[in-house]
Amino acid sequence: MHASAYEVLASAASGTLSSFWLLIVIPAASGGILLLLGRRADRWGHLLGCASVGVAFVLGLVYFFQLGGLPATDRRATLDLFTFIQVAALKVDFGLLFDPLSAVFVLLITGVGFLIHVYAVGYMADDPKRRTFFAYFNIFVAAMLLLVLGNNYVMLYIGWEGVGLASYLLISFWYTRPSAATAGKKAFIMNRVGDAGLAIAIFVMFANLHTVSYDGVFANVDRFTSGTTLALGLLLLIGACGKSGQFPLQAWLPDAMEGPTPVSALIHAATMVTAGVYLIARSNPIFDANPTAQAVVAAVGAVTLLIGCIIGCAKDDIKRVLAWSTVSQIGYMFLGVGLGGGAYALAIIHLLAHGFFKAGLFLGAGSVMHAMNDQVDIRRFGGLWKYMKITWITFGVGWLAIIGIPPLSGFFSKEPIIAEAFDRPGWAGWVLGFAALLGAGLTAFYMTRLFVLTFHGPERWTDDIKHPHESPPVMTVPLMLLAIGSAAAGALMATPVQDWLNPTVFGVEGGEVPEHVHLSHTVVTILSIAITVLGGLLGWWLFRNGTSLQEQPAGPVVTAARKNLYGDTVNETVFEKPGTYLTRALVYFDNKGIDGLVNGLAAAVGGGSGRLRRAQTGFVRSYALSMLGGALLVAVAFLVVRLG
Amino acid sequence: MEPGYYVVLAAVLFTIGAVGVLIRRNAIVLFMCIELMLNAGNLALVTFSRINGTLDGQIMAFFVMVVAAAEVVIGLAIIMSIFRTRRSASVDDANLLKY
Repeated sequence: MHASAYEVLASAASGTLSSFWLLIVIPAASGGILLLLGRRADRWGHLLGCASVGVAFVLGLVYFFQLGGLPATDRRATLDLFTFIQVAALKVDFGLLFDPLSAVFVLLITGVGFLIHVYAVGYMADDPKRRTFFAYFNIFVAAMLLLVLGNNYVMLYIGWEGVGLASYLLISFWYTRPSAATAGKKAFIMNRVGDAGLAIAIFVMFANLHTVSYDGVFANVDRFTSGTTLALGLLLLIGACGKSGQFPLQAWLPDAMEGPTPVSALIHAATMVTAGVYLIARSNPIFDANPTAQAVVAAVGAVTLLIGCIIGCAKDDIKRVLAWSTVSQIGYMFLGVGLGGGAYALAIIHLLAHGFFKAGLFLGAGSVMHAMNDQVDIRRFGGLWKYMKITWITFGVGWLAIIGIPPLSGFFSKEPIIAEAFDRPGWAGWVLGFAALLGAGLTAFYMTRLFVLTFHGPERWTDDIKHPHESPPVMTVPLMLLAIGSAAAGALMATPVQDWLNPTVFGVEGGEVPEHVHLSHTVVTILSIAITVLGGLLGWWLFRNGTSLQEQPAGPVVTAARKNLYGDTVNETVFEKPGTYLTRALVYFDNKGIDGLVNGLAAAVGGGSGRLRRAQTGFVRSYALSMLGGALLVAVAFLVVRLG
Repeated sequence: MEPGYYVVLAAVLFTIGAVGVLIRRNAIVLFMCIELMLNAGNLALVTFSRINGTLDGQIMAFFVMVVAAAEVVIGLAIIMSIFRTRRSASVDDANLLKY
């Protein structure tokens, strides 16, 4: 499809673009200031936090237009700030790269990030640690920007770990709650599994090519054996799965909802969890070189999108439903990047659209929780549309966008991925295509269920809720802006983003029309709209009169879905239990074996010397006798040796 | 005269000193017994020096004398101060330093 080898362009940043390192430094500095000043910054900390991201967004726009002003073939700017590591053959520059792919991520991170920062000012208003929250939030933004702006894998890895740290700190932000502390640890540990894959991938690159820079690696992909590219692809995929909550490392993401809702919106919906998609899209020359690795990526995406949908249908916690929906939508993106070629750009478009509507949905959920005394059980919501009109409308826009009703953004971003999946030759096309299509129907079902149960039907509130209230403007304005983005972004972005990304980043020539292998694009469009509407209607029909207040006994499928398809159970049985038993055995051996030996030896020496001590009588003459005896003994021994 | 007799004399003197140290309690007597042992050692050194026809033993005897003199000074001072505080010169009474 695209045979163009990766070309290294001479591209040192010049003019205004030479200062794009400011994008990272400004939020990082703000986060540092907030942490260092401590309580002195409590009164204005949140303002500085918002302002730094706002400034980064404005700068991002300036750089974006600067980049757009360049001719399409050399739209990239690199900056080598300083040598970061130099040991023998290993030389890593602190180098940054601003190209079309980084640029769209920068705009997403700072733009959506800024709106969520503003929202958090209202959401966290009553929290005594609001300043700390904003410090972590800023550090997250800085790390995420470093992740997408690095020009080599080590820079990416630093950002990767930085966002992991920020994610951990923010999930367990309310660390006095045991569930939040546990969720933070779970996220961190499962991410480490993925990080190990990424780290090993970097080692493999260095071992083979003695470089870790994007340019150096991608220009020499043909020097890898096919085994190496497969290993690299799978290792990178493990890293991506860990960070993006994809099968088999998906279990941490829903638990991450223990964090404050803005965290769920920014980190666990819009930006950080899409880092895996970025990693694979950025490493496209490696994946293009090995169709097997690509197929695995697509398969992981298809499996995950179904897992997310199925579990999403069975959950009653508003944030968990959205979390599983995130897992599922990122599955679509993985499917996209796994299909390769023109689908890379489609995945990125879905990523951007998802950033808008999922952030909007999460913030809407936060607004609902605000009105309902922080309850999250959708069985106890209902009829809220009368009381919170803005939240209702903005959430409704997000709902229509995610299920893909035209002309909202989800339609323009998701439907092409489904079509592209059908275009894969052979049986794989049918399997991937139908998985994606089924996922679209399920998405429509569970999102409609969520929407109807929350905002419509009878009021099933708990007794302590008398008058739900709309959130303050500082929260509703970001909701409205995100809703506008969710509604419009798809139609506006689809074509320009493809034109923007394809030639430079993915090496796909414009105007390439993929051949339709199984079904024509029109058929796929009609099918996907039909299944979406069907799922939506079914969701509305089943839940139009509310639902029972308690969990009802259900068949094996629903029970399995309620238990996250036994993902946690598998992890527990396969990894956790044997580990626990092993450590218990080791502790027992340590206590009884090693400690027993050491303690026994010490006790023997102590007891023996206690007895020997009795020889110290304090009588000089007895000492004299023993000395004489000793001297005689020596003399006798001497004589025996000499004469004997 | 046969030098061997001096060796026997030294051995006898040393034995007398050693037995004195073991059986007497008075610190002064004990001290004199130690001196007797040291001088028995000196006598043996000088005798062997004579037998071997070298001066090493005689020089060594001078060192022993010097050490013995210094030891007497310190030892007597210790005995004096013990006697002043405890009104006793018996070595068996000074037995506090034990297990």
